[in-house]
Amino acid sequence: MDLDRSPHDPPITCRELTSFIADYLAGELKAEVRHAFEHHLSLCPNCVQYVADYRRAVALGRGAYDDDATAVQDVPEELVKAILAAQRSSR
Amino acid sequence: MDAFVDETGLVAALKAGEEWAFETVVRLYSARLLIVARRFVRNDDDARDVLQSAYLSAFRALPNFAGSAQLSTWLHRIVVNTALMKIRTRRRKPEEAIDDLLPAFQDDGHHVERFADWATPADVLLERQETRQAVRRCIDQLPESYRTVLLLRDIEERSTQEVAELLMVTPTAIKVRLHRARQALSTLLRRELRPGSGMVTSGLQPASKL
Repeated sequence: MDLDRSPHDPPITCRELTSFIADYLAGELKAEVRHAFEHHLSLCPNCVQYVADYRRAVALGRGAYDDDATAVQDVPEELVKAILAAQRSSR
Repeated sequence: MDAFVDETGLVAALKAGEEWAFETVVRLYSARLLIVARRFVRNDDDARDVLQSAYLSAFRALPNFAGSAQLSTWLHRIVVNTALMKIRTRRRKPEEAIDDLLPAFQDDGHHVERFADWATPADVLLERQETRQAVRRCIDQLPESYRTVLLLRDIEERSTQEVAELLMVTPTAIKVRLHRARQALSTLLRRELRPGSGMVTSGLQPASKL
């Protein structure tokens, strides 16, 4: 889609809306495109749901590794020894 | 753990080449760094290789460590960069296509699929360890070049510009990959986790809402 939209342009399609989601969520859409995006959302519950799914995917991805720090296991002793040996021999 | 470390003293001892300081660092940070390496390279052997090379690079670069960053943060970044190098050197097979995981559209531009409400918010879903594991499994299913960008942008929170430089592609390519990766992840999560798929919602929603 042409990024330089005028208010007289036809409404964007679901396909076009989808291509703008990342920029929309990052607040990087130009005002005209953002208005077209939001206008489409006001008329299309399926795209509202798709955008919600997209946001949820981002949120779930961001939170998916949160327990990594608490799930820390002991590092094998032979790995520690190998790292230290490699460090010594590199000096 | 970090709060109990006298980092300034430790860094000074590292720079002076003190053996005990190297050992302290390796014992202190390796467990977490190994998890970070594994997240990128997806197997234990490569993760160990990455950790080992990362420490060598880090110790060699010590004179340049200004101390403006935390030692743990600095090591973390070196591990990520080393993991990316590892991924680059081992990529031999052609990458799987991501198209099957992107939304399909009709000729008139409408979505083919009908999307349904999940009812349970992401933060509630994330309280369950099984959900976090399921999400990680979904991320692991993404084609490598998309998974890497998703990890760097959304999980490591590096900037588009920084990721572009790390992966030696244009910022626009990074934006496209991130968008596709998120869409593909969204598709995988719908399949894996959405109400009715039988996993996460069982036991979460009161029966009256079903």
